[in-house]
Amino acid sequence: MSGRVLVGVKRVIDYAVKIRVKPDNSGVVTDGVKHSMNPFCEIAVEEAVKLKEKKLIKEVVAVSCGPQQAQETIRTALAMGADRGIHVEVSGKDYETLGPLHVSKILAALAKKEEAQLVILGKQAIDDDCNQTGQMTAALLDWPQGTFASEVSLEGDKIKVVREIDGGLETIKINTPAVLTADLRLNTPRYATLPNIMKAKKKKIANVKPADLGVELTSRLEVLRVDEPPQRLAGIKVETVGDLVSKLKETGKI
Amino acid sequence: MRRAAQLGFGGIYVQPDVGGSGLSRLDTSVIFEALSTGCVSTTAYISIHNMCAWVIDTFGNAEQRERFCPDLCSMEKFASYCLTEPGSGSDAASLLTSAHRSGDHYVLNGSKAFISGGGDTDVYVVMCRTGGKGAKGISCVVVERGTAGLSFGKKERKVGWNSQPTRAVIFEDCVVPVNNRLGEEGQGFSIAMKGLNGGRINIASCSLGAAHACVQLARDHMMVRKQFGETLSKNQFLQFKLAEMASQLVASRLMVREAARALQENRSDAVSLCSMAKLFATDQCFNVCNEALQMHGGYGYLKDYAVQQFVRDIRVHQILEGTNEVMRMIISRDLLTDL
Repeated sequence: MSGRVLVGVKRVIDYAVKIRVKPDNSGVVTDGVKHSMNPFCEIAVEEAVKLKEKKLIKEVVAVSCGPQQAQETIRTALAMGADRGIHVEVSGKDYETLGPLHVSKILAALAKKEEAQLVILGKQAIDDDCNQTGQMTAALLDWPQGTFASEVSLEGDKIKVVREIDGGLETIKINTPAVLTADLRLNTPRYATLPNIMKAKKKKIANVKPADLGVELTSRLEVLRVDEPPQRLAGIKVETVGDLVSKLKETGKI
Repeated sequence: MRRAAQLGFGGIYVQPDVGGSGLSRLDTSVIFEALSTGCVSTTAYISIHNMCAWVIDTFGNAEQRERFCPDLCSMEKFASYCLTEPGSGSDAASLLTSAHRSGDHYVLNGSKAFISGGGDTDVYVVMCRTGGKGAKGISCVVVERGTAGLSFGKKERKVGWNSQPTRAVIFEDCVVPVNNRLGEEGQGFSIAMKGLNGGRINIASCSLGAAHACVQLARDHMMVRKQFGETLSKNQFLQFKLAEMASQLVASRLMVREAARALQENRSDAVSLCSMAKLFATDQCFNVCNEALQMHGGYGYLKDYAVQQFVRDIRVHQILEGTNEVMRMIISRDLLTDL
């Protein structure tokens, strides 16, 4: 199998930032807040670049949907070894309501347009934790999916995927073209080297609009309210097991 | 450090054709500042290594560049910069280490003091006297570890910079090929000074990183430590102190970055700006770190807390690569020279 891999990369609030809810409870504060590539997307990029280094695929294309700043995220993927980027411009209100279904439609359209053999995504984004985009993209393309991948190996024109599931590890063999989503233990993403960061500045990023791909961005979901998790309350100490049981019954826990 | 070198940190402003990353002085300053927020001592050594690699890259001939630079950029080999002697620190041009020419080699005699990496590094960039007195009699030669007649003093016990060894470097009839001389005889002092211009920006950048980390440490401490019934962050004196510290840091950073730009562009005021930036930033940033330690109270004095490490590590930045007194000499000389 020697072809093109599409890797989706999402720009999210950096994992180390302390999240603050906006005073009007409409969302979280993003202005002036440090953003980075979603950690699972980094793992996806790393896997794609590894496949290229093993000469199992020819080209890695990094895709991101969002406003101007999404280009920074694409540049990071380029610095890690992706060959070129595609920036799907979504901004303003459209960006606020952009969700997995829209992104899946965009990725599916691009996968067809670019004749991709593989689409690799992170298993979920750390901002919305949806864990939907990979699955929806596969469904829209009617391609097999290898989600929560902790190991990927290409065997001829099939792919063996070891998946992390609740019961342990599941190994499946799927046909290509396929969609994979990266789980934590798939690999350890590389640090971009200084020379690669400089080279990445020269790599091409194409600009595309969702409309060009025939994708409509109206949202069927409306966020009513965003709240902080409730403050953790103090616990109480009890003297005996009997006390514990009666307290648990009192508060309706058992 | 070798893993850092794999990422391109071994020869940040060395040209790519010999393995360097080909970045600018400004990029370099930003990099060393960022690394220093983690560890000043290790970053400072990396910056000295970079300075040596650049000296060979810039003043070496094609053969010397090929011979030394790739290994230095990958940190397969480590470098040390040897200028200071027991008898010549600020008065660097009065150095005594002699290099007598004998056919196709020099015989070196003398010793260097306070050499970072000394004894553990592989490539020594040595300023030595091939000619008469003063700066014009000085040449620059590269001495490799293992050369007969090259030995080292004991490892110094320092207040800071402890992740890198410091030793005297001793030459006793040390035979060095003429092929190891960088540039012409008599060019050594000029080479040394040009290396130091960049070195001063690097050291100042290390001080910036330390000060940046300390401002954050002080702020975090103020938000949790309570006295007199409220957090320190409610105390106006400490609020104002923090504001001053932040302002000193930003002012220092602007000076260092401007000096970096000037050096990159080879501007006529670059040397003076580099000296001013080193003088200003190392002094201001030491004060910032020291004040941050004070704001921690007794805890600031304990080695369990990070702030004292920054204070100990950057104290020496006001001394090496040209004392801040020497910086004043350079700046005033520039101001008082008739054009």
